[in-house]
Amino acid sequence: MIINHPLLGPRDAAEFVYKGDVGLIDRPDGMSDDLDTFHDYAYLRDNPAGEHQELWYHEQGDRSWLVVTRSTLTHEITKVELARDVARARGRSS
Amino acid sequence: MKYSAWQVFKEGLTGNKGWKPVWREPEPKAEYDVVIVGGGGHGLSTAYYLAKEFGVTNVCVVEKGWLGGGNIGRNTTIIRSNYLLEGNQPFYEKSLKLWEGLEQDFNYNAMVSQRSIINLIHSDAQRDAFARRANAMRLSGADSEILDKAGIMKACPFLDFDNARFPIQGALRQKRGGTVRHDAVAWGYARGADERGVDILQNCEMTGFIRDKDGAVVGVETAKGQIRAKKVAVCVAGSSSRVMSMAGMRLPIESHVLQAFVSEGLKPIIPGVITFGAGHFYVSQSDKGGLVFGGDIDGYNTYAQRGNLPVVEDVCEGGMAIMPMIGRARLLRMWGGIMDMSMDGSPFITKTDIPGLYFNGGWCYGGFKATPASGYCYAHLLATDRMHEVATQFRLDRFRRGLPIDEKGQGAQPNLH
Repeated sequence: MIINHPLLGPRDAAEFVYKGDVGLIDRPDGMSDDLDTFHDYAYLRDNPAGEHQELWYHEQGDRSWLVVTRSTLTHEITKVELARDVARARGRSS
Repeated sequence: MKYSAWQVFKEGLTGNKGWKPVWREPEPKAEYDVVIVGGGGHGLSTAYYLAKEFGVTNVCVVEKGWLGGGNIGRNTTIIRSNYLLEGNQPFYEKSLKLWEGLEQDFNYNAMVSQRSIINLIHSDAQRDAFARRANAMRLSGADSEILDKAGIMKACPFLDFDNARFPIQGALRQKRGGTVRHDAVAWGYARGADERGVDILQNCEMTGFIRDKDGAVVGVETAKGQIRAKKVAVCVAGSSSRVMSMAGMRLPIESHVLQAFVSEGLKPIIPGVITFGAGHFYVSQSDKGGLVFGGDIDGYNTYAQRGNLPVVEDVCEGGMAIMPMIGRARLLRMWGGIMDMSMDGSPFITKTDIPGLYFNGGWCYGGFKATPASGYCYAHLLATDRMHEVATQFRLDRFRRGLPIDEKGQGAQPNLH
């Protein structure tokens, strides 16, 4: 697979470390959220067959985190964003 | 028809005209006591043990494809019981004991071949860990032995003992481990279940659950219409999330692809199964002579039954590093299968919060060896509504209760197992 890095252009997926579902950005609040919310966050996954938004870390490159939109049926990648931008858009980061 | 050497001899003399189809192609009834979703190895063994051991014969198996076409025909056929934790090891030892009597039990030649499994040791720390594992295995009634360097040199003289990064110091060996002809396992269980009255519906995709007004599952929608059931038993590892999402459930599972490889056929050169865990490579030799080998999962969510080239390179490098002679063999075929990677690397055989719905899955890349015990314990649960004593920890709620079965001690990370 080739991941089209927003800053560096097309890069081999082997340069990246895979983290998983993009929902991992939405970590619950440790002070106010309950244990069930943390359980669901840490352990449960949608695991869809089809379009999947997921976190990839460019460890062998610029060490940026990316959000890749990829089909789990064909491996086709349709969108690549900086995770920073996605997190900001979700109000997770300033 | 009971298979025997005499039967083969008689049919040989009479033109092989007496062989019958091994199972029927029935039409579904309107209702069963148990509907099993998924006619893979585990689903078929569940049906077999339900009928044979627990007297539940009003059973139907719904399978989207054909028998032997899923992971039961895609794995690398290894059987073993060399686990560490109490939640796992007695279960896998139960499975190995069932493998040992399987062919007589279901009267089918599954070519169970106990030619040993060897896990290589490269450091003092690894020897300590494997000695602990060997003791845990013995506590469950399994066999194990630690080989020193001379012992492993005698067993496998062709390995690269002076490998600069991973010199071989010894090995953990389980002589009762080995390989089995995997598709014959599916056929044998299907035949045994069918003989006892179980209806096996091939090419019959399950498309949804039937719920009553209280939300309980009372049957399944299929390509051949509605089939009602007192209990619905899902057994579709690889596609568990897809099927259980039809009941509104999210699972502690990601689907990943594991690739496998086979070389051209060679004369016997490998004594049993050899694993090089430090380099992510393992190999055995099939009865046809092909070297069957593999390594890590690709490591990203996928339902495509094929992997990518970086893992191919990684596996071949692992093979060359530890067993340089493998470079003389030509790679014949490679393929991929989809694994239910659970959050602690251990499986589920469990009730769910939904009445009438049962779940078996999360086998990671260790499902094949578990086939007999998985079916036996799932049948036990379905017939008695209690967990079998060797499977009490395979609960779906174990993460919520803080009781994961974390064989590797690595935490909630599905792509590590």
